[in-house]
Amino acid sequence: MSITLNINGTRREFDGDPATPLLWVIREDVGLTGTKYGCGIAQCGACTVHVDGQPLRSCSAPVSAVANRQVTTIEGLSSRTAKAVQKAWVALDVVQCGYCQSGQIMSATALLEKKPKPSDADIDHAMAGNICRCATYQRIRAAIHAASAQLAG
Amino acid sequence: MHPLMNRFHADEQRRLTELLGVKESTAPLLSRRVFLQSAGAAGLTIGFGWLAPNGAHAALPGAEGAAAGPLAPNAFIRIGTDNLVTVICKHHEMGQGNTTGLASLVAEELDADWSLVRTEYAPSDANLYKNLAFGLQGTGGSSAIANSFLQYRGAGATARAMLVAAAAETWRVPASEIRTSKSTLTHASGRRATYGEMAVAASRQTLPDNPPLKTAAQFKFIGKDRSTPRVDSPSKCNGTAMYTIDVKLPGLLTAVIAWPPSFGAKFVSFDATDAKKVKGVTDVVEVPEGVAVVATGMWAALQGRRALKVQWDESASKDLDSEALLAQYRTQAAQPGTPFTKPTTTSAAPAAVKTIEAVYEFPFLAHATMEPMNCVAWLHDGMLETWSGHQFPSFDHMLAAKAAGLAMDKVKLHTLVSGGSFGRRANVSCDFTVAAVNVAKAIGGRAPVRVQFSREDDTGAGLYRPMYVHAVKAGLDAQGRIAVWQHTIVGQSILAGGPFAEMMIKDGIDPTSVEGVDKSVYDLPMLAGTLHSPTLAVRPLWWRSVGNTHTAYVMETMMDELATAAGRDPVAFRLSLLGKSPRAAGVLKLAADKAGWGKPRRAGVAQGIAVHESFDTFVAQVAEVSMRNGKVKVERVVCAVDCGVPVNPDVIRAQMEGCIGFGLTALYYSEIELKAGRAVQRNFDTYRSLRIHEMPKVEVHIAPSTEKPTGVGEPGVPPLAPAVANAVAKLGGPRVRRLPFTRAGLVEA
Repeated sequence: MSITLNINGTRREFDGDPATPLLWVIREDVGLTGTKYGCGIAQCGACTVHVDGQPLRSCSAPVSAVANRQVTTIEGLSSRTAKAVQKAWVALDVVQCGYCQSGQIMSATALLEKKPKPSDADIDHAMAGNICRCATYQRIRAAIHAASAQLAG
Repeated sequence: MHPLMNRFHADEQRRLTELLGVKESTAPLLSRRVFLQSAGAAGLTIGFGWLAPNGAHAALPGAEGAAAGPLAPNAFIRIGTDNLVTVICKHHEMGQGNTTGLASLVAEELDADWSLVRTEYAPSDANLYKNLAFGLQGTGGSSAIANSFLQYRGAGATARAMLVAAAAETWRVPASEIRTSKSTLTHASGRRATYGEMAVAASRQTLPDNPPLKTAAQFKFIGKDRSTPRVDSPSKCNGTAMYTIDVKLPGLLTAVIAWPPSFGAKFVSFDATDAKKVKGVTDVVEVPEGVAVVATGMWAALQGRRALKVQWDESASKDLDSEALLAQYRTQAAQPGTPFTKPTTTSAAPAAVKTIEAVYEFPFLAHATMEPMNCVAWLHDGMLETWSGHQFPSFDHMLAAKAAGLAMDKVKLHTLVSGGSFGRRANVSCDFTVAAVNVAKAIGGRAPVRVQFSREDDTGAGLYRPMYVHAVKAGLDAQGRIAVWQHTIVGQSILAGGPFAEMMIKDGIDPTSVEGVDKSVYDLPMLAGTLHSPTLAVRPLWWRSVGNTHTAYVMETMMDELATAAGRDPVAFRLSLLGKSPRAAGVLKLAADKAGWGKPRRAGVAQGIAVHESFDTFVAQVAEVSMRNGKVKVERVVCAVDCGVPVNPDVIRAQMEGCIGFGLTALYYSEIELKAGRAVQRNFDTYRSLRIHEMPKVEVHIAPSTEKPTGVGEPGVPPLAPAVANAVAKLGGPRVRRLPFTRAGLVEA
């Protein structure tokens, strides 16, 4: 029995193993590679996507769990908040190796959608699931505040 | 990689290919003359002696931008009629920002409009694209900008001179009257042309000899903060940056390997019956690395591997235990080894009135790059192509050719950005590349295949920063001056047994084991250093800042203890020993000054300081640390760096920030333990990384300098751990001599 997926607004059917993690379906079946594999156990956050607007570690969610729900990947970001986040990331040159940054941006966007003016503690809470081995954390924090300010202004 | 490799030069390349047993030693050659001929033909870009097979994949992954361009005066630059300047980057981008740096150097001398500059990664060609510090194509030792500083500026100046000459000829005016700015040529008469408009005419000009370079006063980009934002930011913020894991090719398969479960385990047999039943599994094949499960996708490959039964003989590895090894190293450290210094004053104990003896223990460390190791290999039409974060293309190229049984000119490497390296991808065994080639061979070249390490494979693969033990006896004389310093180091040689051993290991000393103690910034003529280099089944590898990862900790915490014993301020005490190193003294004073060193702090907060030189760059850091309920929190780090002429100040700041977070992770958490020959920590749940709430506030101050530029990718790591440890001791905490801090209960385990 196939699973109906909605990824970045496009409906599609998946008829493989329903236990397949959403990550691999997104990357290999749908072909969207901005979402990254880092650990496979929901520890690093490189695979973060939005499901109905909430951040989800796609490496540990079976594809069957997102049937008929709205999945958004880095390629599908389009909201005013998301654009402000991406703009702030570029303006502050947050990235280094960049491999974790899709996940960071997904988590940051979800935070700002919910809390347009986050405190440092809010940022700690929302972003603690995303590891950056290049340790770009100081700029991630600054970029979230910058995006917040831009959205308010 | 290591700066000492500058001994390793062109005539030794041939030797190396023999050592590695490569079938044919000639890398694809392209002489300057070939470039000139190419340059004359409009629309022709660069050939590099390689033709893409069958035009099967004209748009190859791996380029950030590509201008079609008639003006290609050298191997580093191409200017198109579309007015885009493409800078060809010989170095690997793993996050350290050298792509932006190399492009900045060209743009500076070319007077390019930064918004019209694109970059792409060079093919493997040890002649054209060698690191001038090593003599081979490779990135490491914080050398990318240092070795390219004049070369890439010269490339830009050459192109500019040809554009100016073309404009002078076209407009019939003297070249000296032509001005260049923002990719545009102008003349007082009102004539004006973009570089793109002049590119074809410029390609017909004679290549100038040694065109003059700008003086520092003329710089518009070099050292000008935020004048050249990162070229890779946009693609890394929208998911389009192409990493090895993202490569798409027709019919591409994914392979995971059942690697030996322990270091020294030997393959006996396998049973693939159940593995082959997994939907999507196409092949289960024996390879020199282990058993590869090949599938149509990663999940099927992982499921197939789970179902695979492999017999291993672990009799040789069962006794390998890191705790037992540590005990053995401690015993060895009590005895002097091979001397690596020649003390010029006596270091006899009676000279000292106060003596401190300490033993320091450092664990194995994995690199834990965000992107686990991987490589795509495709054997087709008698050729091999590979796609990976080839940090050391000359080695990847040679070893890929050897594994494939092909001549080097039948092998093409596509170098992509990588999701971090920290030393991991610059290894002379090229484990990920060779594994991919072996799997491609084992499936008969039927399809392109990506070998992908899982996180567990990656963390358990070895190639660790070795475990080290230092034993130090240091003493002060009656005047509080250092009179004794006896220092014995125990740990694997990173270079031994590899192709660099003969060139770099002198008199039994691997310089990467002792750097930072040997030739330290301090005036310590009494330092008597010796080294033991045991061998193990676990392969060692350099890890961001190499030997300085442990030597700086020992030197700088001991220096602090000696200052305390002498009743001196740690900064003043260090300065009294830095007479021969004004640049180290300079950053020490700068960091102390900016941090408010010596000023009272609120209760429960203290500052610790450390200074270290590595890769010819000087870094001092002041760590401001608090302790609550015996747990440490690093609140703030003030960092001063002297890296010569700062090329891109914001990249320098970013690297210092990153080095500090990276160093703090290791200090707090990082340790690979071995039990029965197996790595215990395999994923981020046990091999932890710093997270955002643990990141201190970092302030970076760049010392102004007119010295030649030096690297910044690594030198920010060494001072961090000792600076924090010194603050912890000041707060009444223990003098931590075994890392990581979790061992002392100073952070939550």
